[in-house]
Amino acid sequence: MEAVFEVFLSHYNYWMAIILIMIGFYALIAKGNLVKKLIGLNIFQTAIFLFYISLAEVEGGIAPIYLPEGMEAVYVNPIPHVLILTAIVVGVSVTAVGLALIVRIYEEYGVIDEAGLLKVVKRR
Amino acid sequence: MIEHLPVILITVPILSALLILLLGWHDRRFCYPITLATILFQFVGGIALLIEVMRQGTIHYHIGGWAPPLGIEFVIDTFNGYILPIILFLAVAAAVYARRSVENEIEPEKIVSFYVLFQLLVTGLVGMTITGDIFNLYVFLEISSIAAYTLIASTRRPRACVAALNYLILGSIAGGFVLLGIGNLYVATGTLNMADIARLLPASYGLATVHTAFLLLVIGFSIKVALFPLHLWLPDAYTEAPSAVTVLISTVMAKVSVYAMFRVVFSVFTTAYFVETVPVTELILLIAAVAIVAGAVLAIAQDDLKRMLAYSSVSQIGYIVFALGVANQVALEGGLLHILGHAVMKGCLFMVAGVIIYRLGTSRFSDLKGVAATMPVTCATFALAGASMIGVPPTIGFASKYYLVMGALEAGYWVYAAVLLAGSLLAVGYIWRFIEVAYFSASSHHEDGGDHCPAPAVREAPLSMLVPMVVLGFLCLLLGIFVEPIMEIVSPAVSLLLGGA
Amino acid sequence: MKENVVIRTVSRISVPFIQVFALYVIVHGAVGAGGGFQGGVVFAASFILMFIAFGLSGVEKRLGKKWLMIYSVIGVAIYAGIGFLCLAAGGNYLEYGAVESALGVAHLHGYQIDAVEMGIGITVMAVMVSIISDMSDRGGESP
Repeated sequence: MEAVFEVFLSHYNYWMAIILIMIGFYALIAKGNLVKKLIGLNIFQTAIFLFYISLAEVEGGIAPIYLPEGMEAVYVNPIPHVLILTAIVVGVSVTAVGLALIVRIYEEYGVIDEAGLLKVVKRR
Repeated sequence: MIEHLPVILITVPILSALLILLLGWHDRRFCYPITLATILFQFVGGIALLIEVMRQGTIHYHIGGWAPPLGIEFVIDTFNGYILPIILFLAVAAAVYARRSVENEIEPEKIVSFYVLFQLLVTGLVGMTITGDIFNLYVFLEISSIAAYTLIASTRRPRACVAALNYLILGSIAGGFVLLGIGNLYVATGTLNMADIARLLPASYGLATVHTAFLLLVIGFSIKVALFPLHLWLPDAYTEAPSAVTVLISTVMAKVSVYAMFRVVFSVFTTAYFVETVPVTELILLIAAVAIVAGAVLAIAQDDLKRMLAYSSVSQIGYIVFALGVANQVALEGGLLHILGHAVMKGCLFMVAGVIIYRLGTSRFSDLKGVAATMPVTCATFALAGASMIGVPPTIGFASKYYLVMGALEAGYWVYAAVLLAGSLLAVGYIWRFIEVAYFSASSHHEDGGDHCPAPAVREAPLSMLVPMVVLGFLCLLLGIFVEPIMEIVSPAVSLLLGGA
Repeated sequence: MKENVVIRTVSRISVPFIQVFALYVIVHGAVGAGGGFQGGVVFAASFILMFIAFGLSGVEKRLGKKWLMIYSVIGVAIYAGIGFLCLAAGGNYLEYGAVESALGVAHLHGYQIDAVEMGIGITVMAVMVSIISDMSDRGGESP
């Protein structure tokens, strides 16, 4: 019991990221409303960003911004931060395209629910 | 200027997209010439790069002058030097084909957006092909995917939006998995440059991080490549998209995704990992064999021409991943040859389907009876490309399948070689379906007496759609006959892949 | 009616401050937290605030569709232009040092980075506002 707690506590950031990924995945698969699916996809992507940024942490480090001349400091690893900036832009674009598609689907079929959509598409 | 060609190949389509956006606002007729000029320029550039690589070896280009492993670099070796002209040639063919097809299937206000997205898609795919940095690969993968989602939804057919949304969700999940895999690789090695990771990875082969990274990357790329059973987005996306978009995505985008999978599996995790340390080749072979058979069987069961060709794509991707599973010199040569062959064959077949939709408005088999009488060139081209798909000598389909079977036999996989031949037999099933309907059925237009809605004038296709189709069809035959010069490029590429980084 | 007056007045007052802050975020990308994308989004947020308060016509009066398209083109053109400037100066793409050695002036990295960030900010702002204005243009219209 102690050992399980120890494993959980020492890598708690990875556990949190995985739990959020699972929550996002669940919302993506199980929810019927299309907008809720897209929100699940967002949660999934955000959890991946959390995973990346949490692994950039250096113990006792400060934000990776140069201090004025002469001051020494330990900086956290800036590379994952830069990667996630790009990935956030990608996530925003995908969400925008997804929402535009959902608006088109609503105009075309009048339903925004997955089960209803399957019925209407089959009928046509 | 030749040494800056890699970066020019990527920035020119971006600039041309901007130009199309600006000029198309005023007059829609500017879009097509600019697109064609840009794609032709890129194709010439791709050929120039291939010649340069064959002459002097791998080309490295450091962006911003920053040296790797800290900087992003473009690496062009024989493998992507081989893939680049293929995809650019197919893009030229699709661009020439797209003019009439797009006018027919897309609303006039959206034609400018179509050409802009076309250029952005080509940007993403060219970038994915020539980059040497694994996160750059992910960025270009997402660029091309977003352009593809939008292109699929740009037609008037009502189901296109649902198909595009389906593809969007599955493609984003795949992108998320690839991103997670890259993160795991970064944790294990501390660098993002592909050659550097391949150098540093053997020290950590035992870590669970590396196993997780391999698993996530392979699954992510399998979704993108549409390997059975992760192929569920493909039939709807290929069927509901406009014809020119289907030609582009089924040939160019599928091939670049396969290239990315090969690059990550062979050059980053070398054969030392996935053949010797963690033997997963048997599993990959099994999945590929199931894909070949399942795709072909599902294709025979369809009653719509485009859908049948989509399931046939699932089957053919199984052939290429089969080469990855066997992982020896001969089979990989067959796999790379099949990349070229399938691109040409499938491009030609989807162009035939697009021409039929252009003239008849539908692609269901029940409406296509006797169409060969009025569109002889189209159906003859289908027969030629179909024969190549089955593997009739001396077409290129035969050459690639021959190498695959030889490679499987050399590695001792007798059962799997039999599966390959069974796949060819099943391909006869679905190719013959269309040939029977087109050539040997009485025409439905004569029978019904014309009381229902008047069919559009059933003549042969317009010239701008006919020429790329016939050119691709003849290439199926010519590439098979003159396969030796191609093998001169493919063999060093395969040695590079198997030698590791 | 009364709530509209409050919302309109407050947003009219705060929009300039938001835009100045956005410019600050863009320019400080090199030495602090911030950058082109973040600043562009904050800049677009000011226009979205106006959209919420004044409706679509209020935004279109000030930033029509044609100008949005031109802005997005200008931003990417600035980025590509700086890259090609470095190519013309003899270095690799986006090699800032090449321009420095070609012109003989030192310490030009900062200006080029700032120009690139400005370009990114302009494009991101234009794209974000056009997403909102395109999506709310439809809503209930038949295709």
